[in-house]
Amino acid sequence: MTDRPIKVLIAKPGLDGHDRGAKVLARGLRDEGFEVVYTGLRQTPEMIVTAALQEDVDVVGLSILSGAHLTLVPRVCSLLRERGMDDVLVATGGIIPDEDVPALKDAGVAAVFGPGTTITEVAEFLRANSRPRD
Amino acid sequence: MARTQPGATPSAADELCDAALSGDRRALARLLTAVENRTPLAEAAMRRFYPMAGKAQLIGVTGPAGAGKSTLVAALIAELRRAERPVAVVAVDPSSPITGGAVLGDRVRMQAYASDDGVFIRSMASRGHAGGLSTATTAAAALFDAAGFDTVLIETVGAGQSEVEVAATAYTTVVVEAPEMGDEIQAIKAGLLEVADIIVVNKGDRPGAHRTAAQLRAMLADTPREARPGRPSPKHPDVLLTTAPTGEGVAELLAAIDARRSAEPSTADGSVRLKRAEAQVWAVLSDRLHERIRALEGPIEEVAVAAQAGSGSERSVPAAELLRCVAANELDPYTAADRLLEMLTGTGRPGTVFANRRARKDPT
Ligand SMILES: Nc1nc2c(ncn2[C@@H]2O[C@H](COP(=O)(O)OP(=O)(O)O)[C@@H](O)[C@H]2O)c(=O)[nH]1
Ligand SMILES: [Mg+2]
Repeated sequence: MTDRPIKVLIAKPGLDGHDRGAKVLARGLRDEGFEVVYTGLRQTPEMIVTAALQEDVDVVGLSILSGAHLTLVPRVCSLLRERGMDDVLVATGGIIPDEDVPALKDAGVAAVFGPGTTITEVAEFLRANSRPRD
Repeated sequence: MARTQPGATPSAADELCDAALSGDRRALARLLTAVENRTPLAEAAMRRFYPMAGKAQLIGVTGPAGAGKSTLVAALIAELRRAERPVAVVAVDPSSPITGGAVLGDRVRMQAYASDDGVFIRSMASRGHAGGLSTATTAAAALFDAAGFDTVLIETVGAGQSEVEVAATAYTTVVVEAPEMGDEIQAIKAGLLEVADIIVVNKGDRPGAHRTAAQLRAMLADTPREARPGRPSPKHPDVLLTTAPTGEGVAELLAAIDARRSAEPSTADGSVRLKRAEAQVWAVLSDRLHERIRALEGPIEEVAVAAQAGSGSERSVPAAELLRCVAANELDPYTAADRLLEMLTGTGRPGTVFANRRARKDPT
């Protein structure tokens, strides 16, 4: 069945203790028909990548408020590649200064969603860009 | 009919199975996806894996939302890992019936064990297919089993019929309850109690936990020893107290689970296995039937014409046309089902459908 839902992992790397935004996004994507695995706060890149692997997700969404994105996000991307998950789409959201976006894109991030992004926009992007499923 | 699809050619499937069996977790994860989506790859995998399975202990963990099932599963993982026992978890959360989406949040409580290679956690959305959920979880458990995970925990919310079914197909069914859910004890009595091998009153740190456990024990003492006609024979589950976040009572719970394994070997095991086998074969059979009935589809317009003429046309009637007749109350569902079966087995006389259709106006 090719119409099965797209599976998304939403994780919060880093040390900040707020996951309201991540939870809102998780529920929003559910309402858009996605299957969303939520892993909670304070996730290390290793935990995130292992979860992505076990869950066989199509998309990894990283929600970051702590400002540690320039170390955490590239680490997630390289671990995904190391473990054979090159086809998994990585997107980030949260508070990321414009000048850091090119570095994230270079690391392999497909999209950086700013605070103003609507859930519909995120959903449309993921539908158009996540890997083909069989 | 060609069964192979891109990405699921026999050799690619074999390679993936080989990899999964030799410990490649990504390969195993991909096979689990195939099982969930019921793709041809899943069939190939089941043919390979199923004969190697049958050793693992399947434990269903069910109960109302918020009772602490995921936290308790995490505590069981910790206990199992202390003994270096590999453990796999299938955590099921409901899909939205409207959008088909789901939030799978059970992992939050288990993430601490995610980086341990002896632990594999997989979330699954229930996807609302009747009977299909237990097929998917049973197949997933078989893959884990063959891949060497000798304990498989399956968490479901004990709300819907299919979730209870999942729990019932496990070897040991643990029903988790929490204090202050007082009114729900009656509800639990009706559905979940029948499938419980062990009842856990979790949140043992909360006031009322001991009272809830005592109430449950009293209620169980009243359960008749003999089966009433037409009902499954009543189980007499142990009632245990746990506090999942601290791990209190969890070693005892695991001991109770293990004791069931060694205490009643062949008979109970045999009947649960048979039940599980029956459910699986029926689910596959129903999939196969659907597939073949859909393949009966013919040119709709011609059949519609034949229908209007009321002629005993020899043409086969498409399933869709039969459904329309049932929807319009022109044909009863029993006759429609019989016709479809006859058409499948080649004994059908398609024209008779419309004989019935005209005859339905007569009071019988
Ligand atoms: N006080 C207390 N809280 C618990 C206990 N077990 C779980 N919880 C809490 O109950 C809530 C629901 O737990 P969860 O495991 O997600 O429940 P589930 O929906 O049944 O899987 C969480 O906030 C847990 O921290 C317990 O033994 N005592
Ligand atoms: Mg849960």
